[in-house]
Amino acid sequence: MNAVDEPILRVSNLSKTYAGGFEALKDISLEIQKGEIIALLGPNGAGKTTLISAICGIVRPSSGQVTVAGFDIARDYRKTRALIGLVPQELTTDSFESVYNTVAFSRGLFGRAPNHAHLEKVLKDLSLWDKKDNKIITLSGGMKRRVLIAKALAHEPRVLFLDEPTAGVDVSLRKDMWKIVKELRESGVTIILTTHYIEEAEEIADRVGVINNGEIILIESKTALMQKLGKKQLILDLSESLSALPAAINRHDLAISDDGMKLTYTFDTQSERTGITALLDDLKAADIQFRDLNTTQSSLEEIFVNLVDESSERNSAAVNGAAAE
Amino acid sequence: MITTSLYFIVFGAAIGSRIQEVGGVSYGAFIVPGLIMLNLLTNSISNASFGIYFPKFVGTVYELLSAPVSTFEVVLGYVGAAATKSIMLGFIILATAALFIDLQIAHPIIMLAFIVLTALSFSLLGFILGIWADNFEKLSVVPMLVITPLVFLGGSFYSTEMLPPFWQTVSLMNPVLYLVSGLRWSFYEIAEVNVWVSLGSVLMFLLICFGIVVWMFKTGYKLRS
Repeated sequence: MNAVDEPILRVSNLSKTYAGGFEALKDISLEIQKGEIIALLGPNGAGKTTLISAICGIVRPSSGQVTVAGFDIARDYRKTRALIGLVPQELTTDSFESVYNTVAFSRGLFGRAPNHAHLEKVLKDLSLWDKKDNKIITLSGGMKRRVLIAKALAHEPRVLFLDEPTAGVDVSLRKDMWKIVKELRESGVTIILTTHYIEEAEEIADRVGVINNGEIILIESKTALMQKLGKKQLILDLSESLSALPAAINRHDLAISDDGMKLTYTFDTQSERTGITALLDDLKAADIQFRDLNTTQSSLEEIFVNLVDESSERNSAAVNGAAAE
Repeated sequence: MITTSLYFIVFGAAIGSRIQEVGGVSYGAFIVPGLIMLNLLTNSISNASFGIYFPKFVGTVYELLSAPVSTFEVVLGYVGAAATKSIMLGFIILATAALFIDLQIAHPIIMLAFIVLTALSFSLLGFILGIWADNFEKLSVVPMLVITPLVFLGGSFYSTEMLPPFWQTVSLMNPVLYLVSGLRWSFYEIAEVNVWVSLGSVLMFLLICFGIVVWMFKTGYKLRS
């Protein structure tokens, strides 16, 4: 494999079992290409932060291997860690340091020579420049979040981890952040973010990974995922109210609204035949007139909830099965 | 500096004037090495333990753990900073003492060696305590319940020769006695134990602490889960 094909991040069979026996990560494997934006979704305690912490060197993996730009995170930790920037989930900052000093310190800690112009750009992009001499303790929560992002960007990382970056931040910071994320992507930075806000993943990510109970349930391109798993609904506004579904159209997967004015037909976009033509033919034959029709597609959120539910059901079935044996 | 001055006023001038010379040295001068040692030990431990405990407590340690720095560099940074501060403090006490008494230092190099080695070893000990502690009580228990009593009972402010033979023998089990005695020898050539034994014990303590720190980082003890 040549350097062009080498993924910027490769996780192979990564597992993490904590001292108490809790399995936070179970045999995780994934590859991320340079310049991608990956959103990791998953409920609380799914293992998202443990995965990020293992890659960044904060948590020791129990087994498996992780490479960043081809370098092993254990053997070549200096090279890999210098390439990574991490914005942690918790608001953890020094209190008595000034904004500029803490960001400059981060740059030095990650082995880069002082560069005032870069720090100025980072702080200006995050609307922190006019607060550069303020002590961090005097800043609001949103501003502290900006400081954490600035610290992570201080050493010009090639891979940026954003662990729930928009939890509890206002709209303006979100906008600033997504602007920065887009700019970083254009400059070739790979971004891995975890979020509970599925609309963020939907808006910004190229690929979406779903983690539950320490396992990656799936990782797919966002559009493929939505196409593959997305169900579409055709909603027909009827001209006249129906008291019940006529037998002629009963064979279709239809639901009727309470007032009898709307018919909802759910179909799978991936199937060869959606059944729309047959439905419309049957409606015509039954002389059911409609005034309007529209289609809706399930959001990533619905897809995500379905996936997590299915995976949890599978796990509890497996546990019950094992207990029965 | 204020505390040191107070020590001199209370021990040196007020009480010291009523105490006869110890080993041919005035009491005010006699307590200088003990005073330096007391401050070196307590400050080294508190500087280093708070230095590493606070990032753990507030969570900023994530940055250190994810930074491209080696274990040795981390220890050098934290312990080096704590030890440097203590050494500077040691010299400030020395300078303050010079204002009150006529100071003589017979072996400046040995004195420097004792000050540096003690600051380093006890900063390492502080670093260990800071990693070990997971609450503020644990952080202060060793300095309060172990180090301070050992310092006060280690001949900082008296010569163990003033004690009955039984307590003299007990005192020999106090490791701080060796430090105070060694440092005092470098000033006035009076010592309870041989200076080389003292120097050897500091070195041994330094190595033990260093070994524990290496083990902590190798196993990720309370730092990397």
